[in-house]
Parts: sequence; structure tokens; C-alpha cells
Amino acid sequence: MMKRLVVVDVNRCVGCQLCMFACARRFGDGGFGRSAIHVRSVGGIERGFIVIVCRACTDPPCLKVCPVNALTKRREGGVYVNYDLCVGCGLCREACPFGAIFWDSKINKPIICVHCGYCIDYCPHGVLDMEVIRNEG
Amino acid sequence: MKDKQLFNALYIDLSRKKFWVENREDLFSKYIGGVGVAVRLLDEEVSRRIDPLSPDNVIVFAIGVLTGLYPLASKTVSTFVSPLTGNYGESHAGGRSAIAIRMAGYGAIVIRGASEYPVYIAIHGSRVYFRDASALWGMRSSYTVGRVIRENERGAGLRTIMRIGRAGENLVRYATVITETYRHFGRLGLGAVFGSKKLKAVVISGRRTIPVSNRRMYREVYDEIYRYSIKSDIMKKYHDFGTAVNVMPLSIIGALPHRNLKDTRISDERISGESIAEKYLARRVACVHCPVACIHVAAIREPYEDEPYFYKTTFISYDYEPIYSLGSMLGITDPYGVFKLIDQVDIVGLDAISTGVVLSWATEALERGIISIKDTMIDLRWGSYKEYLKAIEYIVTQPNEFYRTLAMGVMKAAEKYGGEEFALHYCGNEMPGYHTGPASHLGCLIGARHSHLDNAGYSLDQKYMKEKRYPKETELVEKLISEESWRQILSSLVVCFFARGIYRPELVSKALKPLDYELSVEELQKLGLEIYANKYRVKLKLGFDLSKLRLPKRIFEIRTPHGVISEEYINNAIAYFRERIMKIVSG
Repeated sequence: MMKRLVVVDVNRCVGCQLCMFACARRFGDGGFGRSAIHVRSVGGIERGFIVIVCRACTDPPCLKVCPVNALTKRREGGVYVNYDLCVGCGLCREACPFGAIFWDSKINKPIICVHCGYCIDYCPHGVLDMEVIRNEG
Repeated sequence: MKDKQLFNALYIDLSRKKFWVENREDLFSKYIGGVGVAVRLLDEEVSRRIDPLSPDNVIVFAIGVLTGLYPLASKTVSTFVSPLTGNYGESHAGGRSAIAIRMAGYGAIVIRGASEYPVYIAIHGSRVYFRDASALWGMRSSYTVGRVIRENERGAGLRTIMRIGRAGENLVRYATVITETYRHFGRLGLGAVFGSKKLKAVVISGRRTIPVSNRRMYREVYDEIYRYSIKSDIMKKYHDFGTAVNVMPLSIIGALPHRNLKDTRISDERISGESIAEKYLARRVACVHCPVACIHVAAIREPYEDEPYFYKTTFISYDYEPIYSLGSMLGITDPYGVFKLIDQVDIVGLDAISTGVVLSWATEALERGIISIKDTMIDLRWGSYKEYLKAIEYIVTQPNEFYRTLAMGVMKAAEKYGGEEFALHYCGNEMPGYHTGPASHLGCLIGARHSHLDNAGYSLDQKYMKEKRYPKETELVEKLISEESWRQILSSLVVCFFARGIYRPELVSKALKPLDYELSVEELQKLGLEIYANKYRVKLKLGFDLSKLRLPKRIFEIRTPHGVISEEYINNAIAYFRERIMKIVSG
């Protein structure tokens, strides 16, 4: 069964970025150097927030543009990056219409959400959840 | 394995437009960050009494070991010489400021000198840019300044934009620095120090990983803190209503200063936290890494008068303090009026507490005929928010001698015009909204920055109400000193004071461990006292006169929930404090 992380109601977001920290903490790190989810304001905090995360597209545009086939579809949803193949060209990042591919500047390679759902437990405001992806073909 | 980048102190010289990084492991390993480090840096930079608005003054920012690692540790501490009191200046702000500094790869920033022309500084990781801000200087609204910089700079979601308004440019001694629209380095006039350096804004952004020594232990302690923070009652209280929840309880016990503390109760409940939440609350916002989201934003819809069905919606963040100072103190209990005033002080960049207290002094002085309408140019009357809106603009533009004086703060205004007995300040810093009893006023008086948050005397007063007792002078002074000492640890870790119930000494010690900082509870407490002593040493070096500690007469005239405060009690307490503090600083 394919599952993806979804933003169920962005209007509940208070901009605390706890999800971003949670994502980095999966590896036991602090900060958000390797975070695959991003929260920013809609041009000023008075207007609310945008939560950017991989949509686990059924036909992912990022995968199609990878010149070295480093991206493959994950059975559980989303895409998988083979860091051994990836050359860090950044085409996937440009292809994503959501801006949901982040960059690890240390290794010069993409960071993409693996839809593990770890961040959900650290969003106390009910912004995030897991959703079953229906087979869209 | 400690995070070495935290030891980086970024030095910026505005006069020469130069910057460099120094490794200050010496300070960070000893004082863990925040105020502990910021006090020492200020001490190094300023060796004597200086003119706070001259290039000799410095602006120090510092964050702590826990920033970006644990929840609720996202404050930035700033130290400087205060143009309001002429003495030690310290102000804290949340928003994204602290995390941005850490993610940019620094633990502290020191800004020296002054620019000849308006600039703003952009710090993106290891890159620092001096940008010409001449076009932003004099811009009507600080909101617009934020918008322009937001468009010009990178790092959306990862940055802080600290900026001043026209009040800072015009050197109003209680001008603020605004960050992320709704947070402030509010007290003691950091905005005027920015203005004197022709520094319009500081933008900081970055993105990096903070290494952790013991990852498993780190995650365990993290979860413990996180659980507390979403479950504790106090956190829930601030999440639901924000600090405004305190308005009615303080009024009911007769501790809410009203009309320049001629009274302590309001009868109109429209400005209670509950009532505002019901009618105006539009959004809740959080500082970074804080699940509480205590920032409450109201929406007000205003029609344009020149065109039917043409409206604008303004979003205004409210807290207990501005409701007290710009509402209750000025006799305004119409929420719309309070919101308009809060919005206006943010547009120009003034500290809400000081502005309210200054204007309430002016209103009473006018009422008593100490000053005349020739001075004020407008008829300041309790409750008339439209007049106060104009007065705020005059404080900024200073069209006459009277407003030039008001821009110096209530102490200077009363020295010149009289009415010192009802000029509500402690050593020059205007009074916050707690007439709860002796501890509140004594705490502000002896606190190193004369703030209610130094030692929370107001909270002690309320505790003694429940216990139905009041301690002797010596016991009270000891309690205040001990609380202020512990708070040096919290503000060195830059933990929000709302979370002080979570970050108890044992938990602090435990939280530091996976980051390779081994400090026992006793060591932490000792360090707190040491930082407190360092701070008072700086105060004394800057000319703080312990013999001049006194409270305005009004405070002794108006009943508190603990009755009328006895002058003898306060005098005894001050005398005891003088002895104690001299012992503490001599070490």
C-alpha cells in the first residue's frame, strides 16, 4: 500500500517548523541542514504559512529528468535517490513544481522526503498526516 | 564533540565596513551562550561610561547551546548600553532570530562603530554584505521595510529580518527592533542604538546540520521536553489565549494599573484575553521550535471612508503588556482603540510599555496643569485613542521641546516638567503592568535591567497571595536574587521564560549532556550567580548608583492586593539588597 505525507490543513500551521527539526532528527542531527520539509510564510507572517513537501506524484516529473536514472519510484510512495548514481546536476530540483526537492549543500545532492511520517508526531497542530494513495494507474 | 560553529563570534565594524570571525570557545564553554556570553562581550567592548548613541556603543547578539536542538530555546539575547537609562541594556526577542544566527554558523554577533549613511547588513551563512539603505530610511511603516527586504534577500523560511522604524531613526530612547513582524527587542531602546549607527536592519539566514554527540540520548531527552511542552497547563493557557489571558485576573485582584496607576481595576471586560479571542483572534503564530504558539494575531476590518464597500484587513498581534500599557493605562477599553495604538507603535517602532507609560504620565500632567495644551498640542484625555495616535506620531517627529523631552522617556520628562511622584519608572525604565505588591516593584527596581522578567516579583506576589502570608524584607530580597540568578541560566540557554517550569535545573543538566556539556545542578546554579554578578559589575562600571534606588511615590499611595506598600519595608529591602549585591559582585 502506497502512503504519502500530506498537508491536511495549512491554515492550522503556526510556523513553528517543528516538522523541519523532526525531519533532521531522524538522523539524530540538530538544525535543519538535511530537512526534506520546509515551512515559510506567505510573504510575511501576518498572511500565514506555506508547507512544502514532496507530493509523492504517481508520475513524478523529477524522475523523468534525471540524466543518470538516480531516481526511482518507491513502492511505499515517493521517490528514492541513489546517491551513488546521482551527479548533483540539480535538474530534479528544477523540475519539481512544488519546490519540494531540497539540497544538501555539503554533498551537493538532493534531499527528498521518504514519506516516513516521523514529522507528523511532532506537529501538535494537526497540519500533517499520512494518506493512502489510491492506485491512479 | 561539541558544535564548534557555535563558538564563532561574528564581528562587524560599521565604520570601516569590515567583518571577521573570532573563535570564542573561551566564552561559550564557560558561559554556555546567551546572556552569559553577551554580558562578557559587552564588558570587553565597553570599558567605561559612554554616550549610548555614539559609535562607542556596541550591539551584541548571542544565542545558546540548545538553540536549534530542543524546543523552546529560540530567544536571542541582545546587550548594549541603553540610551533610555544610560546604563546596562539587555533585551530578548524570539521569532526566527536565534535559529537564523545558529543556522548561519554563529553563536554571537558584535556590531561596532557607526555607518556614515544608512545601511542594512545581510548575513547569509559565511557571507556578510553591507547594503545601502538610504532608500529605506524614513519609510513611513516598518511593515513596508520588512516587505522590501523580504523581496530583496534570499532565505525565505530560514531567516530573520530585524529592523527599526522611524522612531529608531529619530533616536527615540525607547525605540524597538522588530523581528518577523510580531516579535521585538522591545525594552531599553535597542532601536535607537540601531538608529544612531545608521543601521536600518539586519537580515540573517542559513541552513546547516548541528552535530550531536549522543544521538540516542538526545532524541530521548527531546521527546521528554516535547511531551512536557504540549501537555503542561501553562503552555495550554498561553496557546489558547496568549498572555492576554492575564488581563482580567489581574484586574479582579486589583493589580492592573489603570490611568497611570490612579486605579487598579477596569470594569470593562472587552479587552480581556477571552473576549478578544472570541471576537478578533484570527491566527496563532509561533517562534521557531515552539509548539505553544503564544503569539496571538487579531484581524480588524476597517472601511475606507472615501469609497463604499472598500475595506482593508489589518493583522495586529496583541499581548498582555500592550493591552496594559496602551489600553488600561490610557483608560482605553475599546479593543479597536487598543489595536489601533498597538499597530501604530509597531509602524513607527516604539516600545509599547514605555510609550503607554510616557503618555499616561503626560495625560495626568496635563490634567493637573503641570503642562499645558501648548506643550502637548493635542488634548490628551483618558480613553481618547485618536488623540494618542497623534501623540505617538509626535513622539517620533518631535515637533516641539515637549515631545523632544517625551522621546527621552518618562524619567527625563518628569525631571524637566515635574510630576516625578507619578512618573512610573525604575531607574529610567518605564513600569510594566503589575501592581501586585512589594515584590513586583522591588524586583523591577533591583533587577539588572529593571524589567519584570528579571526576577518575576509579580509572580512571587501572586504566590504569597495564595499562601496568605508575606515574607520579611531579607527573605524577599533573597528570593528575588535567587530567581534572577537562575534566570541567567535560562537566558544563557536562551530558553523562553514561559518554559521555565519545564526547564528545571535537573532537566537542563540532562539536556546538555548529549551535546557534550557536563554541568551538574550545583554547577549550573553557581554559574547563574556568576553571570548575575558579571552583569551587575557591568552596571556598576557604567556608573549605576546604588544609592539612588527608589520608587515613585504613586506606588506607595495605591493599594495592592497585599495592601498599601510600606515605604519602610521597601527601604529596608533596598538597604539589605545593597549589602548583598556588593558582596556578590566582589565575589
